[in-house]
Amino acid sequence: MSVDAATVKRIGRLARIRIEENEVESYQSELNAILGFIEQLGEINVDGIEPMTSVTPMTLRRRDDVISDGGYAEKIVANAPLTEDNFFMVPKVIE
Amino acid sequence: MTDLTKLSLADARKGLKAKSFTATELTGAYLTAIDAANPSLNAYVAVTPDKALEMAKASDEKLMQGQGGTLEGIPLGIKDLFATKGVHTQAASHILDGFKPEYESTVTANLWRDGAVMLGKLNMDEFAMGSSNETSYYGPVVSPFRAEGSNAKLVPGGSSGGSAAAVSAWLCAAATATDTGGSIRQPAAFTGTVGIKPTYGRCSRWGTVAFASSLDQAGPIARTVEDAAMMMTSMSGFDVKDSTSVDLAVPDFAAAVERGVKGLVIGVPREYRMDGMPVEIEKLWSQGLEWLKAEGATVRDISLPHTKYALPAYYIVAPAEASSNLARYDGVKYGLRVSGKDITDMYELTRAAGFGREVKRRIMIGTYVLSAGYFDAFYVKAQKVRTLIKKDFEDAFNDGVDAILTPATPSAAFGIGDEALAADPVAMYLNDVFTVTVNMAGLPGIAVPAGKDAAGLPLGLQLIGKPFDEETLFAAARVIEKSAAMDFSPKPWW
Repeated sequence: MSVDAATVKRIGRLARIRIEENEVESYQSELNAILGFIEQLGEINVDGIEPMTSVTPMTLRRRDDVISDGGYAEKIVANAPLTEDNFFMVPKVIE
Repeated sequence: MTDLTKLSLADARKGLKAKSFTATELTGAYLTAIDAANPSLNAYVAVTPDKALEMAKASDEKLMQGQGGTLEGIPLGIKDLFATKGVHTQAASHILDGFKPEYESTVTANLWRDGAVMLGKLNMDEFAMGSSNETSYYGPVVSPFRAEGSNAKLVPGGSSGGSAAAVSAWLCAAATATDTGGSIRQPAAFTGTVGIKPTYGRCSRWGTVAFASSLDQAGPIARTVEDAAMMMTSMSGFDVKDSTSVDLAVPDFAAAVERGVKGLVIGVPREYRMDGMPVEIEKLWSQGLEWLKAEGATVRDISLPHTKYALPAYYIVAPAEASSNLARYDGVKYGLRVSGKDITDMYELTRAAGFGREVKRRIMIGTYVLSAGYFDAFYVKAQKVRTLIKKDFEDAFNDGVDAILTPATPSAAFGIGDEALAADPVAMYLNDVFTVTVNMAGLPGIAVPAGKDAAGLPLGLQLIGKPFDEETLFAAARVIEKSAAMDFSPKPWW
C-alpha cells in the first residue's frame, strides 16, 4: 500500500497541518517507507484473534456522576495566546 | 570535601541523614555542575535554581529535626514531558512555547511529597518521538560519552536523552523519564545508566504530556540499580485521576535489590538473535546469562514467535494514538499561535510551524491509518497482533519462566547527525527492536549496563518481567551490575 501526492495533501488537511507544495514529495517518500515497513503485518493470520483493548486485565473504573473539580476558569485560560473574560478567543467561525 | 555530585542517590541519602552535608550544599554542587556542563551537553532545557534552593532549604529544616521523606533533599532532573506547576513544560516542542502549567503531574508530586528537590527540566525528543534526542526543538543532547580516540559527538539515545545524559554526567542524582517504545531503556543503555519502565498502570500518567496513551509509562533513570529502585517506589502508586492506574500496593523496591536470583528461571528468546547482530552484543548477552547462572539461576531457551511484528504494529498503534492526543495543540488553549485568514488556516499554520518534522510525520501516519476505510486494515489488525505478542510472553511465564534476558539495543550509541539514519526513518525506528515488545505487552523492563564495546562505549542488557513483578527485575539487574563490576562513568571532557 502506498500513498500518492493527492493523498499526502488530504492527510495534511485531515491532520490540520499545512503541507506546502514543495514538501509533498518528501512526505510522500517518508510515509511510503513507513507504510512499506508496516506491510509485513500482512504475513500474519489474525483470524479469530481479539484486538487488544486493555493491556492489563482490568475493567475501567467508574466514578459517581458528580461535580468533583472546577471553578477556576482563570487558570484554564492562563496559558492561552488570546483570551477575554475567561473565554478563549479565536477567529470568527460563524458568518 | 568529596565531590557531592559523584555520590549515588543512596549514599547521598545516608550523608544527608548523618548530617555530613546539607541538602543546600548538595543542591548547590549540582547547580554548579549544571552551569559548567550544560553549554556543552544541552541536557537541561530549563534550570530552576531558585526553586531548587528553596526546596533544599525546606528539606534541611526537616533533616535537622531528624525528619523527612525517603528522598528528602535529593536533587532530581525532570523530563520536560512532566507538568511542573509554574515551570517550563513544553515536551521540547515549539508548539508549547511559554507553557507553564497550573498543576503538577502525579509522578512529580509524589517525588516532592517524599522530599526530592527539582533542579530543572530535561531535554528530550519532541513529544518523546525519537531515539537519539535529535528531534528536540532545543537542539540535540550531546552524550557525555565519546568513543576512545575520537572527539565526535555521540547521541545519548532518546527520547529520554536529557535524563540519561544528566544522570550519567552527574548533573542530577537521578531523573524522571518516560518510555513508549524504549525511551527509558535505550538511552540508559547508551549512557551506562540504569533505566526501568514499570508495568503499564504502575505510575500515573496524569499530568504527563501524552504521546501514545496505551503504551506510555513513566520510570526513573539512575546511576545504580538501588537508586532506580528508590526512585521507582516514590514515583509509583494508584491515582484516581488516571483511569488506567492500577490499585495495587507499591512494594519497597529497594528491599528487593539484594534478593539474588537463586532458583529463578531466566528465559532466552531465540527470536532476539537477529541477523547481523554485532558480535560484541552477542557476547554481552552470553556473559549476562553466565553471571545469572553463577548466582543460581537456570537459563532456558524460549520462543516469542511474534517478536518481529512488534515494531511494525507499534508504528500503527503509537502514531494513531499520537494523532489523537496531539489534536489538542491548535493555537487556542496554550502555546504557539500563527494567525491565518480563518480558523482552519490558523490551525494548519500553527501546527505546521509548531511541530517538528518527525512529529508531523507520525501525526500524518496516524491520521492515515485511522482514516475512513483503513481503520480495520491497520489499527484493528495491529491491536490483534498486540494480543498475540502479549500471549507469547504469557505462555513463557506460564511455563515457569521468571524473567527474560535480552540485549537492550542492537548497537552502542551512534553519532549525532548520522546520515544513513537521517535518510531512512525506519532505520532509526529499529533502535527500539528489543524494547518495543515490552510496551506492546504492558510488561516491566529494565536496562542495566553490562559491558563496553571495542570503542569503550557502554552496552546494556534488558530484563523483562511478569506484570507487576518489578522486584525480580531489580534483583536480577543487581546481579548483573555486581558481576560486571565495571566503572560506567564517562571521562569528563565538557
